[in-house]
Amino acid sequence: MPLEFIEGNEAIARGAVRAGCGFFAGYPITPASTLLQYMLDLMPRNDGTAIQAEDEIASIGFCIGASMAGRKAMTATSGPGISLYSENIGLAIIGETPLVIVNVQRQGPATGSATKGAEGDIQFTRWITSGGMPIIALSPANVAEAYELTVRAFNLAEQYRIPVFLLTNKEIGLTQETVDLDSVRLPEIINRTRASASEAYKPHQFGSIEQVPVISDFGGEHVTQFTTSTHDQNGYLTSDPEIAQNMIDHYIAKIEAATDEIALYREDMQEGAELLFISYGITSRSASVAVKQLRDEGFGVSSLVIQSLFPVPETAIKAAMKGIRKTIVPEMNMGQYKLEIERLAPDGMSVIGVNKMDTTLLSPSEIIARGGCRD
Amino acid sequence: MTDQYHETYMTDALGPLPCCPGCGHERILKDLDSALTKMQIDPRKLVIVTDIGCIGLADRYFKANSFHGLHGRSLTYATGLKLANPELTVVVLMGDGGCGIGGAHLLSAARRNLDITLIIANNFNYGMTGGQHSVTTPIGGLTPTTPGGNVERAIDICAIGAGAGATWAYRGISYDKDLDERIIEGIKHPGFSILDIWELCTAYYMPRNEYNKKELYKLIETSGLNSGLIVQSERGEFGAMYRESAGNLPPAKDISALEPVFGHKLKEQTGVVIAGSAGEKIRSAASLFSRAGIMSNLHATQKDDYPITVMTGHSVSEINLSPVTIEYTAIDSPDYFVIVSEDGLKKTAALVASLGSTTHLIVDEGLQIPDTAATIERLPLVRSAKKAGQFTIGLIALGALIERSEIYPTEALRESVRRHQKPGIVETNLRAIDLGSELAAD
Ligand SMILES: Cc1ncc(C[n+]2csc(CCOP(=O)(O)OP(=O)(O)O)c2C)c(N)n1
Ligand code: SF4
Ligand SMILES: [Mg+2]
Repeated sequence: MPLEFIEGNEAIARGAVRAGCGFFAGYPITPASTLLQYMLDLMPRNDGTAIQAEDEIASIGFCIGASMAGRKAMTATSGPGISLYSENIGLAIIGETPLVIVNVQRQGPATGSATKGAEGDIQFTRWITSGGMPIIALSPANVAEAYELTVRAFNLAEQYRIPVFLLTNKEIGLTQETVDLDSVRLPEIINRTRASASEAYKPHQFGSIEQVPVISDFGGEHVTQFTTSTHDQNGYLTSDPEIAQNMIDHYIAKIEAATDEIALYREDMQEGAELLFISYGITSRSASVAVKQLRDEGFGVSSLVIQSLFPVPETAIKAAMKGIRKTIVPEMNMGQYKLEIERLAPDGMSVIGVNKMDTTLLSPSEIIARGGCRD
Repeated sequence: MTDQYHETYMTDALGPLPCCPGCGHERILKDLDSALTKMQIDPRKLVIVTDIGCIGLADRYFKANSFHGLHGRSLTYATGLKLANPELTVVVLMGDGGCGIGGAHLLSAARRNLDITLIIANNFNYGMTGGQHSVTTPIGGLTPTTPGGNVERAIDICAIGAGAGATWAYRGISYDKDLDERIIEGIKHPGFSILDIWELCTAYYMPRNEYNKKELYKLIETSGLNSGLIVQSERGEFGAMYRESAGNLPPAKDISALEPVFGHKLKEQTGVVIAGSAGEKIRSAASLFSRAGIMSNLHATQKDDYPITVMTGHSVSEINLSPVTIEYTAIDSPDYFVIVSEDGLKKTAALVASLGSTTHLIVDEGLQIPDTAATIERLPLVRSAKKAGQFTIGLIALGALIERSEIYPTEALRESVRRHQKPGIVETNLRAIDLGSELAAD
């Protein structure tokens, strides 16, 4: 049980190695640069390749190529770089490419405050590319969880053939914390299901629309196709409206059908509570201090901390809101995940956002006061 | 010639190539087919990567792996494929349009010299979107977007590639008799190879500019650009060099595990801020201090704040120590505040002014601090650092703080230094801690 003092970015790099990552490409940007550095140090020593690309478009392009050639791939950036990834994220979705994308969020828009944290990219992540298809996004609250969720992100990417986002924050990425990585409970490592060599292969073959196609790596046993264009299950271009719709339905269904399976959250429910906190990421830690304080004062308070932001774990959120009068959603943005909570809120329940983007953390007392928690 | 794999690498399963009659792309693709057929590359180990544009329709007409990506980005996928699997033969088909929008990748691929072959189907315009001008449209060229004739100079793709370090570059036209042989040479070249092949877009550029096969031959002369094999040199191939350098890396540093062997006196989370200047090793001192906390059975967090221009201005570290897990990592009202120099004071002046009486403030004797309710302790930090040596002021201050606060034993901080510092500076560091302790004891 070795205790260490490491930052979130290092935990992610080590989680990637643990998950079997074999390829990393990135471009320097605060607060994600140290992750590039850790991967450049770790990959070559762990049978992998890590490279600084000429720009972010190349970073993610290299990763898509490497993933389709069979390597588990990861890239990392922050706001300005994520914006440049957008078109290629669509490519990874349409090509059903397993890929882990780390966004160490910083305050934006644009260059914003390079060295300051925020959670401003939540809805951007959900709707990150033209066409508007679903993705998976996980959000760790601390360094240990950054390690765990990295492994889970790789698993999900392989399992669902989709880009999986790890939404962290400068406040986790560059904050050193005490951790014992050996004590972090990790899931079994999942690898993509590869097509059998003896059978004919179609790169996007599914029976029912939610089925995830098996994969054959470039350079593997089959001759295979990958395309950015609307295609059929063979990967051949098509202009048939029925097939086009069927593929779109497939990209959506394979994630929607797995929503409950992907759902990751921590519940801390109190019998009879009328006040609920729904939080995620670094802000969930301020929320948990607020919860404890309010309970000490005699208030009934429940808390739901969401680790899998997308697909939205609706079942858990709806269950948590049962009997609740008021739900507080604190975020280091101007009210983004609150939109998801509002659409799921039962009639008569109020949803209060506690929001700021002044580059500082939301404090527990700020959340209590601005959330009207004692009202 | 053997036909181990295919008598032709093009398939007619999808019908004829979707090119306009006479389109130069078709000629280039036939020559690529001829080259591949002569080479008999295992189709499973061969990838045709295409860019966007009419040329981007071509990949799936080959009996090989095909990868059709975004406009201008084909070289990036090719790079990922080749790095991930060096066994692959990777051929990229790109238009002149792709060379413009993806110029950065062209330069980088040339510099990198990864073993990829780039064939540019250069028809001087964007065929697919209606014949608009591209980076290779000749001066005077008529296109829908240069109605008065193009006035932007055409780029010399081979010269640009060569300038960036390409090790093999050829320029020819789609009518070249031996184009398939040139393609074979390009593929066999152990590094990045470029074939800039000029050709006709019969739908747009050719009719608009009263252009034909003869003109195409002439253009290569009148353009003043070189043709034929322009560059052929040898330089290490990127993939091989990367793998070799990876093999020569020293072993990774051991994980620095922290054993909690000391005790502590904290009942609750305690915030410590240390503020100084860049170059004073404030972050490093703070890290030794935090680790000593962990070695004393405490939880710790540390955040460092400094300007992007790291060698100048302030350096402020915020440390939390706590007997239980730390949730909220910001320090709104520090329990201990240490300011060692003017830069640190300037950065934190507003916070200093707002401090309450619960903060113990340790400052260098020479600093003019704003009015504050904090308990102030002035110490000769700068003077002591002159005695103890460069880079010691942070540890002197934290040594004093630990003596004063008794958060954990001074020995934990000393042990942290022994465990984490390079042997050469351990003695100086320990001396700094002792000096700090003495200051606080005085
Ligand atoms: C990012 C982006 N911008 C614009 C387009 C539209 N577009 C499609 S093909 C093309 C030009 C292709 O020209 P070229 O590369 O010369 O190929 P050609 O059609 O001449 O073979 C453009 C601009 C696109 N697909 N993607
Ligand atoms: S538009 Fe031009 S480039 Fe495209 S197929 Fe027709 S002739 Fe060829
Ligand atoms: Mg063109």
